[in-house]
Amino acid sequence: MTSYHLDHLQHLETEAIHIMREVAGEFERPALLFSGGKDSICLLRLAEKAFRPSDLPMPLLNVDTGHHFPELNEFRDRRAKQLGARLIIRTVEEAIAKGIATVAAGEISRNRLQIPTLLAAIEEFRFDCCIGGARRDEEKARAKERFFSFRDAFGQWDPKNQRPEIWNLYNGRLNPGENMRVFPLSNWTEMDVWEYIQREKLEVPSIYFTHRRQCVRRGGQWLPVNNLVPPKPSEEVRDLVVRVRTIGDIISTGCVESPAATVSDIIAEIAAARVTERGSRADDKSSEAAMEDRKKAGYF
Amino acid sequence: MTVPIDILRFNTCGSVDDGKSTLIGRLLYDSKSLMEDQIEALERSADITGGGQINLANLTDGLRAEREQGITIDVAYRYFATPRRKFIIADTPGHVQYTRNMVTGASNANLSIVLVDARLGVIEQSRRHTAIASLLRIPHLVVAVNKMDLVGWSEQRFFEIRAQFEEFLPRLDIKDVKFIPLSALNGDNVVDASPHTPWYVGPTLLGHLETVHIASDWNLQGFRLPVQWVNRPNNPTDASLHDFRGFSGQIAGGIVRVGQKVLTLPAGVVTTVKEIWTYDGKVKEAFCPQSVTLVLADDIDISRGSMIIGADYLPGCTTELHAEICWMHPRPLQAGKKYFLKHTTHTVQVIVTELVNQLNVATLETEDQPEALAMNAIGEIRLRTAKPIVFDGYGTNRLTGSFILIEQGTNATVAAGMLLPPRETVKSENGDYVI
Repeated sequence: MTSYHLDHLQHLETEAIHIMREVAGEFERPALLFSGGKDSICLLRLAEKAFRPSDLPMPLLNVDTGHHFPELNEFRDRRAKQLGARLIIRTVEEAIAKGIATVAAGEISRNRLQIPTLLAAIEEFRFDCCIGGARRDEEKARAKERFFSFRDAFGQWDPKNQRPEIWNLYNGRLNPGENMRVFPLSNWTEMDVWEYIQREKLEVPSIYFTHRRQCVRRGGQWLPVNNLVPPKPSEEVRDLVVRVRTIGDIISTGCVESPAATVSDIIAEIAAARVTERGSRADDKSSEAAMEDRKKAGYF
Repeated sequence: MTVPIDILRFNTCGSVDDGKSTLIGRLLYDSKSLMEDQIEALERSADITGGGQINLANLTDGLRAEREQGITIDVAYRYFATPRRKFIIADTPGHVQYTRNMVTGASNANLSIVLVDARLGVIEQSRRHTAIASLLRIPHLVVAVNKMDLVGWSEQRFFEIRAQFEEFLPRLDIKDVKFIPLSALNGDNVVDASPHTPWYVGPTLLGHLETVHIASDWNLQGFRLPVQWVNRPNNPTDASLHDFRGFSGQIAGGIVRVGQKVLTLPAGVVTTVKEIWTYDGKVKEAFCPQSVTLVLADDIDISRGSMIIGADYLPGCTTELHAEICWMHPRPLQAGKKYFLKHTTHTVQVIVTELVNQLNVATLETEDQPEALAMNAIGEIRLRTAKPIVFDGYGTNRLTGSFILIEQGTNATVAAGMLLPPRETVKSENGDYVI
């Protein structure tokens, strides 16, 4: 008995594999952005599904802000090794030292500084396409992204002048210096990602699961206590049982109090959640158009 | 927790101020798909710009430029789920200059919602959007008659608008149409049934979206595999993979089985399927729209852009094409100009040889031999490709019957094309195939 029916995860999967293979077919020098976060973990599995038994026809690229959670970097390196993939790391630190990125007075966040670091890496390796794990359900500006998102020679996104995307026909043609960002998970939601992690039995960094951590109350969130931005005497510090829902830099990633110890626990927690995942990211809250502005400048 | 069993993709279209964004906001709000931080953000912006009233349109009008102009300028995608289904919404704008975005948002849809302002009734935009939905062969259409509160919930007005649609619907290719009276602003008949429409016995909008039968959009007749990528391991550690040569792609139609005879085009060579590879192991059969890798019995010259097909339903294979197109670029289409044509995984040079006609969306009549097709024009054209294209009529198979045109130099995507059925198909002669 055969049923010629795909469920929602299988639909999302075949769509994403198709996009991965279009990238391999249409671009000379693609790269896959791999941070070790849950979305890029799914991307890597989709790349395996698209290209095995061959090696992945693209290196992995990560921009290390220097403010990453150590658990994340450890996982990133280990996973790349398991896959036999080439992992290229470019650091914001190095970009600052070389004068590629310039720190503004009092600027602590590395969010803006990732942009020139990434663009310099693209130039250094002459990448014509970077595959990223962004999802449209994350944020309002991302909701308007195409699967194939064209960037001009300055790495800029022009939301008013995007290429129409019709059926599954992606236009990947570029002139020299131009670049494509490709988002195979565009149609996935946070729930889809976790259900896929469960179905594929994928390992994720330990900080997604419940653990005990010292947190400081700041901007309405519980941020991990760290050396970069130590708690002020006036701030409340507590020892909490938490997990992270989305991973950004250690100075801006809010921890949520949670007992979720397994992927199933996380799925149950998200099903009942009343706050979006980006609600725990201070970098998106700074203004209503924060993401739109960063994307126009070349961010993901 | 119930796992949603399938995905319904739909798009919303209508004119400026018909209330599309409000309708989507209402669907999300009333189906409890909004999170607290999103509601908080809405309330914050209500205090600043809305005089304290929550503006549901702010949920989807994401870009700063849109909020400033109060209109949706691009396709925005939204996701929500109910216990019965998962939904992907493409919110596509209504004003004329952005019709290309509607085509983008609607091309993969199972269902289109055309919004009509109950006070205005059918206007040119309503006809245009319905015609595009028909052209794209979207299987289901919902006419959402919005702002019914502003016409006193008049049953007579609702049926007048229905009659206006029924005047032109028979000339289009839409099989399933549902009319629903509602008020997006107040939430009547969106998620919850309205107390104001005792004369309406049909489902609410969400009720309809949850239950409409989406008979598989995927064509299971006539196996088609456009080759995307040739899978040849470079340095396999596994010696058995030394001669591995697989053809990877997403099945664009039909079913394929191990041992099945297939035809490779444009080479015109017949072979059999030896293995079907997936990451999760070899399988005995696979179907549209799965992504697979085929290993064939014979060593045949196949590369990206080739097509592997079942010999039971034969496609056309020619350089002379006849298609309906929607033109999407400010520079008009002129006969004689060269473009790139991307069809399945194949990109070739093409010359537009003739502009056959243009559809007048106001009358749904065609005008023959137009001089040019301008932005948003819909019409029939003839083209000649530099190499033969293996295709089906768009009405038979959306994936092997569609193409885009790309302007040379700027690389802009300038047209969406739907091929008419081939006049003759590939022919079999003594077991060989003649193209």
